[in-house]
Amino acid sequence: MSRPARWVATTLGLLVAIGLLLATLVAWLNVRGEAPLDNTPPRAATPEQIARGAYLARAGNCAGCHTARGGALYAGGRAVPTPFGNVYASNLTPDPGTGIGGWSDAAFWRALHHGRSRDGRLLYPAFPYPNYTRIERADADAIHAYLRSLAPVHQPNLRHELRFPFDQQAALAVWRALYFRAAPFEPNPARTPAFNRGAYLVEGLGHCNACHASRNALGATSNPLDLAGGLIPVQNWYAPSLTSPLEAGVAAWPVADVVALLKTGVAPHASVSGPMSDVVLGSTQHLNAADLDAMVEYLRASTRTDIVAPPDPDPPYRPSAAGGKLYEQHCAACHGERGEGVAGAYPALARNRAVLLDSTANLVHVILEGGFPPSTAGNPRPYGMPPFATVLSDSDVAALLTFMRASWGNQAPPVSAVEVGKFRATSR
Amino acid sequence: MQPPSRSTSLRTWLVATLFAAAQTVPSAAAQAAPAPFENTMAQRMQACTGCHGAQGRAASDGYYPRIAGKPSQYLFNQLVSFRDGRRDYALMTNLLAPLDDAYLREIANHFASLDIPYPPPQPATADVDTLTRGEQLVTRGDAALRVPACVACHGTALMGVAPAVPALIGMPRDYLNAQLGAWRTGKRHAPGPDCMAQIAQRLAPQDISALSQWLAAQPVPTPAKPATALPAPIPIECGGLSAPGAPK
Repeated sequence: MSRPARWVATTLGLLVAIGLLLATLVAWLNVRGEAPLDNTPPRAATPEQIARGAYLARAGNCAGCHTARGGALYAGGRAVPTPFGNVYASNLTPDPGTGIGGWSDAAFWRALHHGRSRDGRLLYPAFPYPNYTRIERADADAIHAYLRSLAPVHQPNLRHELRFPFDQQAALAVWRALYFRAAPFEPNPARTPAFNRGAYLVEGLGHCNACHASRNALGATSNPLDLAGGLIPVQNWYAPSLTSPLEAGVAAWPVADVVALLKTGVAPHASVSGPMSDVVLGSTQHLNAADLDAMVEYLRASTRTDIVAPPDPDPPYRPSAAGGKLYEQHCAACHGERGEGVAGAYPALARNRAVLLDSTANLVHVILEGGFPPSTAGNPRPYGMPPFATVLSDSDVAALLTFMRASWGNQAPPVSAVEVGKFRATSR
Repeated sequence: MQPPSRSTSLRTWLVATLFAAAQTVPSAAAQAAPAPFENTMAQRMQACTGCHGAQGRAASDGYYPRIAGKPSQYLFNQLVSFRDGRRDYALMTNLLAPLDDAYLREIANHFASLDIPYPPPQPATADVDTLTRGEQLVTRGDAALRVPACVACHGTALMGVAPAVPALIGMPRDYLNAQLGAWRTGKRHAPGPDCMAQIAQRLAPQDISALSQWLAAQPVPTPAKPATALPAPIPIECGGLSAPGAPK
């Protein structure tokens, strides 16, 4: 063999060896910590365990994804849109053929904790197992007991619609090697039991940071503790930071107001909208007072103290005259001449953090689509706002927002028609 | 059906105009001093009246259908269908997504209870043959196509039948066309058996156009109320009449 040929062969050999080593590493990272699957059928559940499971399934808002619009409860079929394509939630009813009827408790636990299906397939993290990995085994068993108590629904799962290479298990294995590590919840002994209960719910079951954190180019959040806010991919609603006092940090709010927002969908100076309406409707309104208090204690403690409001700009932002006329015409009757709103019905716009956010995504959604807060036991008859998608052009919306963001003490940058157009395009 | 006399429609028009004028004055004044906030359904329903007109009275010259005075079960079925994806209009679906059945029932009852005069119809733009075909389909149906007469289910006066069958007159032509077209192409669904889908699929596009032309040109009779009972046993099975929660 000539000298150059030997060099090529050696290099190739090395590359193959490195490739094999990496593949082995990825494979190992994907199975570390997993026990062999115990397929013992679950023991008969007690009514208490089923009731507890029903409650926990609410806390995790499992039905929010695993029920299609207008479809049978927990029978799956709802698309979770991602930048890589649609992932379809699966049938969780105990149907033996199409649901999870034949699953053992250990298989259900492994799906939550390790993100692996009963047949060994890796699950897509649209199913938020980077959060659910925190769920305790007893809680997982209770949720499984509840799901087994449902009426079986025969409904085959839909195939995911993901682009190549994201549809490949090997690609998913690499993703998991990079971004996922199964880990139980570790309480902080220096904190109160309520703080730890709140952390368990927020980081784990509640999977708050599936929305309230930014994602990298491969769709990964940094870790379940990251609540720094982010634009929800595809839907393009901005889930505000739960740690920044300038966004949705709650340290300065009375505890009762935060609890009211999660329990009823409205608080004296705020109401939920967009995807958070679904969360309150399907999940947080059903939580008991102790758990809501615990979540609020954890969130209040998570608010950062090192973020301060930027100084008012010099020269100050000027309200738009055209926007002022539009406000008078379309908004003032409910939100008030001075943006003062009506408590419990129409949020105040003056000094409202949601109006001042850097991201204008939610403002555009709300103006174009209107909306109701959810109808909850605590607020069964919410007040609604009409959609303006067919009434206001992109430049109208921009002028209106520019006016609102620079009036009544608000000082936030103007909004361009291009920005509005970008969000209008993604508004369903 | 007895066609309303000219004087009746003139009176209807006058009443409607005066009523509309009476409504305009306070809303113009509201620009200076907003109407006081009220803990009422009307206040809550401003999300609807932006498109469906003040109190849900949208006239036949636009696209959005009138909802005031429609049978309550019909309105409730539509609200549920939009929320649950059987009807396909993103603005409605997004708006209703976070609302439960109890509130949708109250919303339906609220609009059903409103008794507001109708404005005059839009003049037809089709030729006489088209209008004759439209009238034939509405009043007698087409046995060859297995299409029952509209009046058989929607009432002799075409003002619907309480609680679940809607009126066919007093609606915008574009809306009627769009709905029959949506049923024909599978875009709109009702709880099964979906009788209107079956009927629309038996109609040709020119039949749909003829129906909409004739229906949209009919003045609304007085009183503009849904009938209380069907004229005869219903000729086709309709899931919307026995939807969950429907009064039996």
